[in-house]
Amino acid sequence: MDELALTLIELGAVVFSLGLLARLAGRIGMSPIPLYLVGGLFFGAGGLMKLEGIQSFAHLSGEIGVILLLLMLGLEYSASELVTGMHRSWKGGVLDLVLNFLPGAALAVMLGWGPVGAMVMGGITYISSSGIAAKVITDLGRIGNRETPVILSILVFEDLAMAMYLPILTATLAGISFLEGLLTVGISLAVVTVVLAVALRHGHRVSQAVHSENSEVFLLNLLGAALLVAGLASALQVSAAVGAFLLGIAISGATAHSATRILEPLRDLFAAIFFVAFGLNTDPASIPPVLGWAVVLAVVTAATKMVTGVWAAKRAGIARRGRFRTGAALIARGEFSIVIAGLAVASGAASSELAALATAYVLLMAILGPLAARYVEPVLQKFSRPAAPDAVPA
Amino acid sequence: MNVEETDLPGLGRRKDFMTASGRRIGVVELREGQTELFVSAWDDPDTCQASIPLTGDEAATLGNLLGGQHLAMKLTEAHREVPGIVTRQFSITAGSPFQNQPMGKACIRTRCGVSIVAIMREGEVVPSPGPDVVLHSGDLLVAVGTQEGLDTAADILRNG
Repeated sequence: MDELALTLIELGAVVFSLGLLARLAGRIGMSPIPLYLVGGLFFGAGGLMKLEGIQSFAHLSGEIGVILLLLMLGLEYSASELVTGMHRSWKGGVLDLVLNFLPGAALAVMLGWGPVGAMVMGGITYISSSGIAAKVITDLGRIGNRETPVILSILVFEDLAMAMYLPILTATLAGISFLEGLLTVGISLAVVTVVLAVALRHGHRVSQAVHSENSEVFLLNLLGAALLVAGLASALQVSAAVGAFLLGIAISGATAHSATRILEPLRDLFAAIFFVAFGLNTDPASIPPVLGWAVVLAVVTAATKMVTGVWAAKRAGIARRGRFRTGAALIARGEFSIVIAGLAVASGAASSELAALATAYVLLMAILGPLAARYVEPVLQKFSRPAAPDAVPA
Repeated sequence: MNVEETDLPGLGRRKDFMTASGRRIGVVELREGQTELFVSAWDDPDTCQASIPLTGDEAATLGNLLGGQHLAMKLTEAHREVPGIVTRQFSITAGSPFQNQPMGKACIRTRCGVSIVAIMREGEVVPSPGPDVVLHSGDLLVAVGTQEGLDTAADILRNG
């Protein structure tokens, strides 16, 4: 068989099985991300079946998947929502950052992965999955709940923190000197601030530049602009993903809504390939040795998110049950933890153990998160006397 | 009435108020244009007992039903002094013979002496509508007349 035929068959088989996995995930009401990761493990290095032909395609598609994930995250919120969200919830946001960054970072230091490893693992345990959280809120009919704005504003804060964190991470991973690193971080902070300011005043102009009534033209404009901005950001060492995120923030109003609709299928495809590609590069045999640590990290960071949620909801005047619902909704980690781990692995600065730990951790949290959100109330009712917040998710 | 408005970043906007009986009732206007009606649980005002997605038509109809009821009650009160005068509501359903027709075509006042004093449309009141007002499906007509007159009017609106 010639090479092209083999590649097409392999790619077809992978995409088709992703479809089956996504359907299975929908059937049992869970996020498809853990299943995609398992699919990648299955097909990749050391897995049951090794696919050679699609490696290079999967690599580039995965990169595009990250860009689209971040672009759509930026489209989700307008600049003014980000700014007001920041004002309203910065205390809860800072608590969230401290409580959930530290466990990952501490474990990395304990395992001897150094400051770079700590930076990566901290990010992985910090960032909740806004995709899973939003789906849980909608699926459980909690849109009208009083704690929902609290959850959303913490997610908004996390996303802004991502915009600051990713350039710092990119600089750290590139292993540049302290002074150069400071310069890069300075540049990226300035860029983020400028883009936010521009988006607040002139967002409609950016929107106009890419907008078109013709959906084909609109799609090509959007994708072209996203890749261009991501490439330029990457050349400036600001991180491609952040470039796309900022473009997403700058596009606003009706244009942002139709952009979301148009990009969704593309994002689903490329993001799925990104998760698979991440799994492909992880040897399943490397997971069992780190599984114990992943479980410990899962228990600790489920508890720390719970504390964050309970505290933030309490400040917003939510009653006891609502506080626990807030905490539980934040537990899920998913797409962005894998994005961070993917950046670390691609740069070669992270060990394969880190990739294995990140995979196992996200697998656990993406499954545990929605379950915790669904069952936190029944569990709470069983232990009807005021329970310590830490006791609930475990 | 104190309606509280809250932004839901990434989802939409919530508008709700607390009823005298201690329940929170409100709607969430989602980004994609749908509306979600919710009622809070009696034992936990933070959570929703029911959260019901409504299409634009359904939301408008519900608005008419609630607003129309209120208007009809007020009118009944006003007409209580006059014996024999009754207020009733008629809804224009899809497939009604007068859907998308000017109201004057039904000749209700001429044929049965009933006055259409208001139309409830998408939650708004059109007061004393003229004969050239075009009726749409989902409209709620508030009519005043005698019992028999109103029966005839109902028949006219249903069967032409």
